[in-house]
Amino acid sequence: MRRYLSPILYLIFCLVMIAATKGNWINAYLQLVAMFIGVNIILSASLNLVNGYMGEFSVGHAGFMAVGAYITSVLNVWFFTSSSVFGPALMEPSMALYLFPLTLLIGGIGAALVGLLVAVPSFRTRGDYLAIVTLAVNYIVKSSIENMQVIGGARGFMGMSGVVGGMKEAVDLPWVMIWVLIAVGLTVWVIQRFVSSTYGKGIVAVRDDEIAAEIMSVDTRRMKMIAFMLSSGMAGVAGGLFAHILGYINPGTFTIMKSTEVLVMVYLGGMGSLSGSVISAIGLTVILELLRPLQVIKWVVVPLLLILLMFFRPEGIMGHRELPDVFPRLRRLFSAPER
Amino acid sequence: MALLEIKELTHFFGGLRAVYDFRISLKGGELLGLIGPNGAGKTTIFNLVSGFYRPTEGEIRFQGKDIIGLRPHAVTSLGMARTFQNIRLWNSLTVFDNLCIAQHYHLGYGLLAAILRNRRYRENERRVRKTAEELLEILGLGHYAREYPKNLPYGLQRRVEIGRALSVQPKLLLLDEPAAGMNPGEVEQLIDLVQWIRDRFNLTIWLIEHHMRVVMSVCEWIKVVDFGETIAEGTPAAIRQNPRVIQAYLGDEEPDYA
Repeated sequence: MRRYLSPILYLIFCLVMIAATKGNWINAYLQLVAMFIGVNIILSASLNLVNGYMGEFSVGHAGFMAVGAYITSVLNVWFFTSSSVFGPALMEPSMALYLFPLTLLIGGIGAALVGLLVAVPSFRTRGDYLAIVTLAVNYIVKSSIENMQVIGGARGFMGMSGVVGGMKEAVDLPWVMIWVLIAVGLTVWVIQRFVSSTYGKGIVAVRDDEIAAEIMSVDTRRMKMIAFMLSSGMAGVAGGLFAHILGYINPGTFTIMKSTEVLVMVYLGGMGSLSGSVISAIGLTVILELLRPLQVIKWVVVPLLLILLMFFRPEGIMGHRELPDVFPRLRRLFSAPER
Repeated sequence: MALLEIKELTHFFGGLRAVYDFRISLKGGELLGLIGPNGAGKTTIFNLVSGFYRPTEGEIRFQGKDIIGLRPHAVTSLGMARTFQNIRLWNSLTVFDNLCIAQHYHLGYGLLAAILRNRRYRENERRVRKTAEELLEILGLGHYAREYPKNLPYGLQRRVEIGRALSVQPKLLLLDEPAAGMNPGEVEQLIDLVQWIRDRFNLTIWLIEHHMRVVMSVCEWIKVVDFGETIAEGTPAAIRQNPRVIQAYLGDEEPDYA
């Protein structure tokens, strides 16, 4: 029974959120913030896989997000809406409801393939040098999109609100919120299971000592491929959701600034701590929203917070630990006995 | 068929000849020592054998299979494990996890099974954990399973590293200076451990060591290298008497290991 407690709690939470959105118990702004929190959880948790668990330093996460965002958006707009770019809809707009998960997945797969651009160089270099590769990939993606006039180039791409409208017409529910909740749940579930299996711990072995890992029979190249592709694929899914929350995307959103924001979440939460990533994604998104009245000064306050954190608690809020390590009582409540 | 067959193994680092015409043939069950002064190329030989370097020339066959060009994890999965001169345990993983992860090549499940936690995952994970538990128990490390290696004393870390190598379930175990940095008490324990492991697991052990007490009491056969070349080989007693060895390795004075 205990092993089902956390999924059940999450399911209840999802139902409450859906009801709250449907019934407009919370206003549109709060709904928006809630969905951004979801997207940020996916982004920080997936980046933690590479930066925290595997110990590489990827600074181009927004690039993968952009790939997913554009692939999913273009597919959806092309298939389910009549637009000036792609002509009339190829399918009933209501079909979007059933095929949205698929396009989201295709976006994720596309992003994972772009992730190979980082994974393959990672066989030979690591650390600072690999960080530069990730930065380059971020720029390659952004510049490529800027130069593709078909999908709007630097002006951006829109029409996703039509897709969302189509879903809503089919069944009147807050669909974007639902997809965000499902994606967040799946992401955390997948990462948690991956990193707690002996198979997934192979990437922690790569972080601690790559040579020892390779010599002790861990196929380090395969582990790197898996970590990078899983991480960038999840970022792609987050991008797809992000595009449908906003209804409009442009390449300028997916710059190094966005990547940095995700990096801050990972380091704030603690490297190699999944619960830390979730907590800090929630916390930082809320703080950024609360500080919105400060406008530009916000970008002084937030980095300052980071400096203070690094000064007083360099390992992040959770620092390699998970919630049950901090509150042992939680372990009794939730986790199924491992063996 | 020989367990390990090395012929004319030669390796250059740029213009430096690190290993020259090294030969060995292990039929299985031996306890072989490799000694030589610092920089003689001993660890390079281990690195060549375990696939970490690709030799400039020569032939390495493990159980009849040519292993040159294989990546280290593939060599290991054929049944060859090693330890390192400077301990290389995974310090942010528990001792128990260290022993589990070293069984990576025969986990028997992949990414999907790890996520779905299906029966295949559960059965294989149970097997891996059982192997690790048993090994820790036999090595007297059961008590430290949940500890992090960095918190253990040096001698125990060495023992964990040997345990990790054993969890690969190797046929050939390469030990690179297992006694380095140990105090006399730990050295005595190590000597017992190495001999006991060989009998218990039916292994072939090949070790590099500077500590004469260990080499002389453990090894049945010793090879001596200097400047990458084999200068002598024989039983401990013969090596002890060999003038070239005494001159190259132990200096001109009479050594006091008696």
